[in-house]
Amino acid sequence: MHRRRNWEGTESIVELFTGVTIDWLGKKWYFLAFSLIFSVSGIISMGMHYARTGSPVPLGVDFKGGTEVQVTFASAPDANQVRNATDAAGIHDVKIVAYDVPAKHELLISLPEQSDVNVDSSRKQILDALRQHYNNPILESSVQAVGPTVGRQLEKQAGLATLYSLVGMLVYLWFRFELIYGVAAVVAVFHDTLITVGAFALTGQEISLTVIAAILTLVGYSMNDTIVVFDRIRENLRISRREGLADVVNRSINQTLSRTVLTSGLTFLTVLALYIFGGKVLSGFSFALVVGILIGTYSSIAVAAPMLVAYQDWRMHRGKAATLPAAKRSR
Amino acid sequence: MKKNLNGKIALIIGTLLVFLYGIFGIPKGVSGAALEQAITQRIHLGLDLRGGAHLILQVVVKDAVNAETDNTVARIEQAMADSHLAYTQVIKPDPNTPQVIRVDGVDPAHSSAVSSELSDRFGTEYDIASNSSDHSFTLTMKPSQLADLESRTLDQSIETIRDRVDRLGVSEPVIQRYGLGANEILVELPGVEDLDRIKDIIQSTSRLEVHEVAGNPDGYASEQEATASLGGVIPPDQYLVHGDPQGVSSDGGDHVFLLKRVSIVGGRDFRDASAIGPNDSGRQGVNFVLTNAGGQRFYDYTSTHVGSYMAIVLGDRVKNVAVIKSAIRDNGQIEGQFSKEQIDALSLTLRTGALPASIIPIEQRTVGASLGADSIRQGVIAAVAGTLAVMFFMLLYYRGAGINADLALFLNLVILLGFMGFSQSTLTLPGIAGVILTIGMGVDSNVLIFERIREEMRAGKGAAQAVDQGFAHAWVTIVDTHVTTIVSAAILFMFGTGPVKGFAVTLFFGLLANLFTAVFVSRVIFDSHLNSMKAGARISI
Repeated sequence: MHRRRNWEGTESIVELFTGVTIDWLGKKWYFLAFSLIFSVSGIISMGMHYARTGSPVPLGVDFKGGTEVQVTFASAPDANQVRNATDAAGIHDVKIVAYDVPAKHELLISLPEQSDVNVDSSRKQILDALRQHYNNPILESSVQAVGPTVGRQLEKQAGLATLYSLVGMLVYLWFRFELIYGVAAVVAVFHDTLITVGAFALTGQEISLTVIAAILTLVGYSMNDTIVVFDRIRENLRISRREGLADVVNRSINQTLSRTVLTSGLTFLTVLALYIFGGKVLSGFSFALVVGILIGTYSSIAVAAPMLVAYQDWRMHRGKAATLPAAKRSR
Repeated sequence: MKKNLNGKIALIIGTLLVFLYGIFGIPKGVSGAALEQAITQRIHLGLDLRGGAHLILQVVVKDAVNAETDNTVARIEQAMADSHLAYTQVIKPDPNTPQVIRVDGVDPAHSSAVSSELSDRFGTEYDIASNSSDHSFTLTMKPSQLADLESRTLDQSIETIRDRVDRLGVSEPVIQRYGLGANEILVELPGVEDLDRIKDIIQSTSRLEVHEVAGNPDGYASEQEATASLGGVIPPDQYLVHGDPQGVSSDGGDHVFLLKRVSIVGGRDFRDASAIGPNDSGRQGVNFVLTNAGGQRFYDYTSTHVGSYMAIVLGDRVKNVAVIKSAIRDNGQIEGQFSKEQIDALSLTLRTGALPASIIPIEQRTVGASLGADSIRQGVIAAVAGTLAVMFFMLLYYRGAGINADLALFLNLVILLGFMGFSQSTLTLPGIAGVILTIGMGVDSNVLIFERIREEMRAGKGAAQAVDQGFAHAWVTIVDTHVTTIVSAAILFMFGTGPVKGFAVTLFFGLLANLFTAVFVSRVIFDSHLNSMKAGARISI
């Protein structure tokens, strides 16, 4: 960062990263190693989670089915006492989480797996057990009871919608740039999603519907970031046809670096605000975004752009035309 | 060289006014409360933000198929009798495939007559196959007919549920097909927290039917006894129903009745039901009224069956058995122990018509209004804090041009909310995620433009030219990033439901707004600033 006097003699412009000449592609092996470590540890933690529970990530009630009752007590509840109450009523496997602010006396009580036949029965069982045990009135502030069929349908549909939207983006990029650009962008986005979801498996946080919204947000964000770099590459390729692709890519990344840092920084700021003020309802959501924005910014530089160069090297190695995969159309 | 910007500025102010109208409509006053009321009327909040109940119901369409083929069985029997064709029985061989009907033991001599009779009368609705080895004919409902029937059942269920919910006074309910699974209905009831009562009424199949009693009018003690009275086989046109009607038994215990399968009147033949108070002997009852067509049918039947017994069946239980003393036209009474809730529910379900099939809830959520309010508060605080922090930073970093960015961002949010108001879309918690991505990309557009202008200035270009070039270059990038994400939002909107859709809606509108504000509005502000500057002066960026 440096300051300088402008023409009118008044004080200062603040600028970041002007005239940097970092050789990003020279570090591609580090990037590869870094991405591999994170992707592989994501896959491993998903695998371990799969071995333990039969699903690669901890799924919320939305997806796996089950009942989740948020109960407000008259006075501070004791989780053990609640567990005794449910055990006495013959309900086992309950999960009890103290919810949000302690002053509110809230607990989140959940029961896994439910039949489709009577989704409401677990809620009634839990509340009956509690009402028998506590004389003070207890209040249910929210209930989710999801049959396993609906959960599976939702899981499939959210996955399919995301897949279709990725294909849509790939086709658009193919049309605007070249197929390899679309492929590289989608691979980068996939890489981000994999690592973020892996982080959920690693930390044991549940993936709920709001987290899906966060993952969609990070897909959009990462894609945006990648396209900005690609756009600059396309522009530079037109100007300097004799320069090697690796140099052009390096220069493009450097030219857009101040923008990249600014935008990621600002978006990170917004997400941080969400994480701090958003409360427990949004914690999974903001967690996904915090991880996603870091990885999304990184992947545009370290995954998507090097893929273009790797593709071109591969084509040259195969003895095909050494032309750059430049954009077909531009204005 | 000065540009004339009046037209563009007018366009921007016009847009601002139009979308402010989208958010507020025409408020009744300018006080805070009036504005708040105006907003809540225009911008619909999802259940996760305002509290309420959400149900996904599975319609058991098999019920409707069963009813349809029961009817066909009766028609086949009638047709065979009319044409004097001999057969042993008409049955539905498998309860799991209610669309299949079999005519057994057809006299081989009548085989071709039966074949033509069946295909004449039922050929448009059923595929007919004959089996010469055991002289039977199998009628299978055509797949197109079956699909049509299922679709009609679903629509009818939705209609009925909507009618019931409306009469319960729930405002702004959502009742529609749920796209994910076959034969599922989504019901959203804003503001409803005590779901039990409403759910009972929604899914009440309380079909009121009147059937002819085939066996002993006093009933049997058990199913075995009832079956034994017929020599072990229940004829296909009859069936067993449990019940404990008053006056039949002194012990008040469960009895089994043998009834004709096809009802005399039932379901939509009833128009209304009301409670009749305890009479001298302390009995309560329900008074029911039939529709004109139903009344005519009931009259035709009762006038020719004086002395026969009829059973009143409610929700698959016999509630009353009565002897027909004289012809009855369009109203009657059912005596029995009914609670006020039962009668209210019955009255409501009769007035709204019966559901064509039974309904099972497979997902149920309620969000307390206070929890919803908490989510709003937290979401809004987070969004506002984030936006303010970003705006502050833009001013600090880009100084004069930061004002451009902030104005563009503000206008973007106005347009986004205005779109939501105009399109009657619902704002949900995931929708707030879409707003956050929109803010991010809006800021990004400005950053792209400003960085590019700075770059052009570093390359030695004058202010006007730098702005011109900066916008021209950044525009291409902005179009690419926005169109890509708009494409993805549109796809998510088409294929997604619930939260995915909520996210896609705000993102889609937000990015459209962004293309306008970040590029057009920001440019106009720059140009008007350039107009007022001395030649050769430097812009603040």
